[in-house]
Amino acid sequence: MRFYSTLSISQKQIVWAWAFLALPVIFYVVIRFYPTANAFVLSFQEWNLLSDRTFVGLENYHRLFSDPVFWKVFQNTFMYLILGTPISLVLSFIIAYHLDKVRFMHGTIRALYFLPFMTSAVAMAWVWRWFYQPVPIGVFNNFLASLGFGQIQFLNSTTNALPSVLACAVWAGLGFQVIIFMAGLRAIPQSYYEAARIDGVSTWTVLTEITIPLLRPTIVFLVVFSSIGFLRIFDQVFNMTTNNPGGPLNSTKPLVLLIYDTAFNGFNMGYAAAQTVVLFTILLVVSLLQLRLLKDR
Amino acid sequence: MANQDLAIKASTDTLFSGSSRQPRRNAGQLVRWLLLFGGGVLMVMPIVFMISTSLKFPFEVYNLNLIPEEPTLENYTYVLEDGRFYRWFVNSLVISVVTTASAVFFDALVGYALCKFRFPGRYLVFIAILSTLMIPTEMLVIPWYLMSKSFGWLDTYWGIMFPGVMTAFGTFLMKQFFETVPDDFLEAARIDGLNEFQIWWQVAMPLVRPALAALAIFVFLGNWTAFIWPLIVTNSADMYTLPVGLSSFGDEVDVAWELIMTGAAISTLPTLLVFLIFQRFIIRGVVMAGLKG
Repeated sequence: MRFYSTLSISQKQIVWAWAFLALPVIFYVVIRFYPTANAFVLSFQEWNLLSDRTFVGLENYHRLFSDPVFWKVFQNTFMYLILGTPISLVLSFIIAYHLDKVRFMHGTIRALYFLPFMTSAVAMAWVWRWFYQPVPIGVFNNFLASLGFGQIQFLNSTTNALPSVLACAVWAGLGFQVIIFMAGLRAIPQSYYEAARIDGVSTWTVLTEITIPLLRPTIVFLVVFSSIGFLRIFDQVFNMTTNNPGGPLNSTKPLVLLIYDTAFNGFNMGYAAAQTVVLFTILLVVSLLQLRLLKDR
Repeated sequence: MANQDLAIKASTDTLFSGSSRQPRRNAGQLVRWLLLFGGGVLMVMPIVFMISTSLKFPFEVYNLNLIPEEPTLENYTYVLEDGRFYRWFVNSLVISVVTTASAVFFDALVGYALCKFRFPGRYLVFIAILSTLMIPTEMLVIPWYLMSKSFGWLDTYWGIMFPGVMTAFGTFLMKQFFETVPDDFLEAARIDGLNEFQIWWQVAMPLVRPALAALAIFVFLGNWTAFIWPLIVTNSADMYTLPVGLSSFGDEVDVAWELIMTGAAISTLPTLLVFLIFQRFIIRGVVMAGLKG
């Protein structure tokens, strides 16, 4: 304590800063940085948890890129992205845009859209899975039957399964995006709209010339946020296809599920690590690309 | 930054006070309202169906009316008396509460240190922590699993919790919010003889309470619904969290949809109820956390 009192004010600050940071710095090194490095190293090794870890160079990557299942999974992952992101963005924008202009029961309607965001993906995957069942169990098919339409194979068809799983994921995230869009809309100064009204500009022109350009930061955030979400999809797929995860015939399997399978069912730790490195690269490239495309101009 | 903060504050404020927008009242406005309301009702239908089915006897499940003819709590007593859901609920609660308390405490501590202290290495620490946001959890689960295995953390509470005791996102969020605390306040406290820890805890923390609440909501919800890591790190049914338990339970009973819906309701109703009570507050938190991130 005597030593401490001899320190100058700025030296005391340094002491306090590291006292505050000591435990967290250890945490980040041990729980984030070391595992990241470990994943990279492991991706050049072969290991099934029992044998020794042996270096195999790029073999895991070679094997991955020549595996037809990987390319199927790669394609699926991008399907989730290129369908999910635009659909959820356009829907949530339309909802937010109109909800912004509604006063009567505003809070209640907002809550209705937001509620799904508060649910657990696993629980809702099971609810949607039930909806998709054939007659007499499934709600959707019962509804179609009562209207006199034929039955639809939702989860058992290689073409319908992926969009069916995706619908549940889009539904769950919509409320969050609506709320963020609404906050963005409210941040646009009212005076711009008043000026436009005085000039007699059409609603459409106001939308495309004022609202959307001024929403750019919000749009950038939501595009990056939601594409990362769709590229990492797992909970919904796993729980809607538990009898055959990622099925039928790998038609719904995303990259994260492939990683899970390789590591924790196949115990090919090195091969799985190589897959995680590929996921990391995709996420990095996609978000940097989007930031680039959307931010400047 | 300051300008952006003001804009965010203005947007969150107008989102909750009745705004100055005055819609024209006409037929178009009515159609808009009806479509929006209808869309909102469709959005909550899965939740309504879940609750309604959890209150039905098995013979009524295939009847799609939303209000059960003979509502019953039998499914709930069946599922809870089985004991597993009760256990999973307690596991989830303990894990979510402890990680939330820990993450909020440490994120605020680090955010404050990075914002208010001048010391060599400050920028480096900030960039290092921020850079971990780019690493997807999926990349870390394999090393985490190996680590847990060698330390004997598999199938323990600590094993489920350790990756989440601090979050980079929260640190960033808190650092942003501590910028709004004037240095004069801290200086005054220093003159009054408080030490730096007391200044942080007694002076700065109360001033960023809304941000702490927003962060707490995010961390709690994230841990309550987390699936992939608890799935990997647990292997006995006693250690499952609610989502992992529900996932295994669904496979087991497969055709007993009223029981699956009861399980789903048990894992969802607590957060829904909390939302309905603290609605405004939670939406405000989401806006703050979302726009800051």
